[in-house]
Amino acid sequence: MTQQGVRWTADQVLALAPDAASRKAGSKLGAAGPWSEAGSSDEGTVWGLCKGSGSKPYQTVVDIADAAGPAYKCSCPSRKFPCKHALGLLLLWAADDAAVPPGQAPEWAARWAAGRRERAEAKRTGAGSAAPSGSADPEAARRRAERRAERVSAGAVELEQRLVDLLRGGLATAEQSGYGLWEETAARMVDAQAQGLAGRVRELGAIPSTGPGWPVRLLEECALLHLLGRGWLRRDRLPAGLAATVRSRIGLPASADGPPLRDRWQVLAQYDTTDPRLTTRRIWLHGADSHRTVLLLSYGAAGRAPELTLPVGLSLEAEVSAYPGAGQPRVALGEQFTPPAPAAIRPPGMTTSQAVARYGDALRDDPWLESVPVTLDRVVPTPDGDSWQLADADGDTALPLTPAARSRPGLWRLVALSGGAPVRVFGECGHQGFTPLTAWPEGPGDAVALC
Amino acid sequence: MTRTSAPVDAPGADAWEGLVTTALLGTDRRTPPGTAPGPDAPLALLDAAAVAAVRRRAGLRPARAAERPQAAPEDARPALPPAAARRLAMLLADRPGPSGGGRRGAAPDLTELLPQWLAVANARGFAPPPQVLPALLDAARGRTDLRPAALEFAGPRALWLARLNPDWRFALRATPGGGAAPPHLEDADRIRQLWQEGLFAERVALLSALRSRDPAAARDLLATTWATERAEDRLMFLDSLREGLGPDDEPFLEQALADRSRNVRATAAELLSALPGSALAARMAVRAEACVAIDHMRSSPPRGTGGEKGPAETPATTPVIAVEAPHECDPGMERDGVVAKAPAGRGERSWWLGQLVEAAPLGTWSRRLGGRTPREIVALPVADGWQGELHAAWCRAAVRQRDPAWSRALLGDPSAPEAGGPGAVSLAERAKLLGTLGAAERAEWVAGFIAAHGLSEAFQLLGVCAVPWAAPLGRAVVDALNIARDAGSYPWSFSGVMGLAERCLDPSEASRLDALLAVPDEPENASPGAGGYWAEAFQRLVTTLRLRAAMAEELGAA
Repeated sequence: MTQQGVRWTADQVLALAPDAASRKAGSKLGAAGPWSEAGSSDEGTVWGLCKGSGSKPYQTVVDIADAAGPAYKCSCPSRKFPCKHALGLLLLWAADDAAVPPGQAPEWAARWAAGRRERAEAKRTGAGSAAPSGSADPEAARRRAERRAERVSAGAVELEQRLVDLLRGGLATAEQSGYGLWEETAARMVDAQAQGLAGRVRELGAIPSTGPGWPVRLLEECALLHLLGRGWLRRDRLPAGLAATVRSRIGLPASADGPPLRDRWQVLAQYDTTDPRLTTRRIWLHGADSHRTVLLLSYGAAGRAPELTLPVGLSLEAEVSAYPGAGQPRVALGEQFTPPAPAAIRPPGMTTSQAVARYGDALRDDPWLESVPVTLDRVVPTPDGDSWQLADADGDTALPLTPAARSRPGLWRLVALSGGAPVRVFGECGHQGFTPLTAWPEGPGDAVALC
Repeated sequence: MTRTSAPVDAPGADAWEGLVTTALLGTDRRTPPGTAPGPDAPLALLDAAAVAAVRRRAGLRPARAAERPQAAPEDARPALPPAAARRLAMLLADRPGPSGGGRRGAAPDLTELLPQWLAVANARGFAPPPQVLPALLDAARGRTDLRPAALEFAGPRALWLARLNPDWRFALRATPGGGAAPPHLEDADRIRQLWQEGLFAERVALLSALRSRDPAAARDLLATTWATERAEDRLMFLDSLREGLGPDDEPFLEQALADRSRNVRATAAELLSALPGSALAARMAVRAEACVAIDHMRSSPPRGTGGEKGPAETPATTPVIAVEAPHECDPGMERDGVVAKAPAGRGERSWWLGQLVEAAPLGTWSRRLGGRTPREIVALPVADGWQGELHAAWCRAAVRQRDPAWSRALLGDPSAPEAGGPGAVSLAERAKLLGTLGAAERAEWVAGFIAAHGLSEAFQLLGVCAVPWAAPLGRAVVDALNIARDAGSYPWSFSGVMGLAERCLDPSEASRLDALLAVPDEPENASPGAGGYWAEAFQRLVTTLRLRAAMAEELGAA
């Protein structure tokens, strides 16, 4: 598949940047000055020579044809990936027809692109034939899975004991014991290969310092953790969908083997969360025909941007396949039929009451669910004491913003966009409140990313 | 969101409270409601809490809406074109790096282009997309120099926004009438009230806003409370009369000459001396004239201080300006703002002379010195080493009275070889003198100066030239940069001028720079590597110029 017909938007390019410094450096190179002999081919190759500090210009070439994400090559010594030259070149290409005219790739660029495509092709055919051989020993795989399940079960039992001890002595002691105790328990859960349990345990440690009302939150989280552990230990008695949800919450690997769903998917939001080792990118898509809202997850090691990039406001026709588990929004992106292109469609919205009811319903399938994706229509960002809420323009109900959303700069973009008038807002609605991610003005206007 | 509080759920809420209390104390101390004490009590509590927790979450109801904010006022200006909006977002996203040092590379400095972008956008009368207002306000918060233009561009919605976020309070202070209770300048009662009860900053803002609309009304407002203001405040208020100063202000200023505070008196005198028709100016003229005269026969026996013979009739003798500085500073002079005590290291008499001459209307001198033009007067030799003192005072007078003819005369010929210029006028004073000339004349003079003296002294003078630079000035700067490069020095010796050129050169000059982009062969006496750095600096210059051209085009300012 080639994307030569559509030049990307600057946002789309900038979302590729591994960090803020690269984004800035790339922006500066996104002007014709340092570039020479730049061009783009029908096959989806973009190239150019960038004048750097040395005497020899850097040779930069990007292959944008690959549905899995662009590939880069640059003769600069930077270890950033993509480097600022690749970003600058793509920005230039996105902004300026004249500076990067269509043409025939020079030899150095064509050679790299051809080599890359050959390798990709070989990998694809290779992967096709290798797949059966991967599962050649189903017996061994089954044994491995069994061993793992045993370790998780041992971890779950240990965790139960830990929770029982805690409640016997009282939560008040948890305030004194601090992080250390929970860190140790979390480490035990990592040993038990139950990442999902480990993550929840780690969060328990932070709750006593979250201010007034912490005992309520701690009891809730302890009880839900208990529910998850119990669910695992009795998973054979659960309905299949719920059992799959428990497995995914525990942190067991699963593959997206749901039936492919083809739709015109509109990108509602894309945002990254980072911890020292990993960058997690969440992309919410909304199907124009199926009216489903699904989640794509993409990961990047520290210092690298996750490969998948779909800025807000684009739309693409593609197939997605769901991961197992009842009420799970996560999907994997399958075949893409059109390149992502700007589209002015907006998802249909609902009232705040409907949004809260949507969350309540979703808990039936997944009681551990923190929030559901919803689009609110005709809400007004409204100050409420120290906090903010989204108030229905036509009713007297409102959703408070989550504590985290209150301190983000996106809040002020939302308030500015509204100016006291109703707006449409996409976000995550849960028991802590609403996290706005994207907004549209009442009148005509593009989507505004808030995250 | 609120936890459900409908009557049917009240028992549930109570049960939850019971669970929380038990959990806090521990099952060893308290048995969970509805279970037996014993080793299974914690599990029973967890079971019950799990059910209750999911139930509480599933039963969430929306909160009651708070009072909606007042709608922001309409911005009637047309929306920014999409390309310009993207550019603005990029300019605002580019924050200066943590370290200012280091080589600047070949890429343009986007932050430096923001003021220019705002100026064009304001000239075209565009409204910003509302979602950029937070970034715009943040930028203006960090850079006071940006504030006026940024706030003008940001428009009414930014003020609406600033009332909701304490970080942006500065916007309310900085905008006239933008305060929490913006007084309409037509509303006399509100103005009076704010003037009497407002904070100092609000009052200054009010006074200057009113002054720019209705000078007389502002003066009258100030007069109502003048006698009761503190000395520092009087000084600040008086200073705001500088704008829109006119002959009508004379009685008020004349009365301020008798003020208790010396600084207030000095400022009043300075303002009066900027009004050539004022009584103070006339008094100063009489005093100054007594000190300065033409002496035709300096070297021959005394025949009086000539005046009966014009210069044309005595070609043989060279007329000389004779200066007789005042011998005392009398109370009348002090009342008119002359500071009696000279600063350390200055003679009292020359100190007094300087103050008299700078406050006397420049028109005096033509009359006094034989009908000569300013240029002829400046060309006259001055006896006994008084030239520096006298010319410096004339410079100050020319700036204060904004007199282009005298400024021109004092600036002299830009290519004059004496680097100090006529009357040892400093660069700072020359920059001020240039400020009294028209933009074209200013640019031409500075171009002449650069052509003759190079760039090393030009920075301050370039700073007063209108942007974009007129063609002759731009060419002079580029030629001088080229000469500097050929001379083999490093470009960062000229980084100030380079930075100015990036912001001020007319973008249409970019094509003339193409020849400079290549790395030249290194001449023998050049600094090592300088050629490459120069090429880089010129690349940045050209890239910046192209970027500015693109910016202007996006804003429709062809």
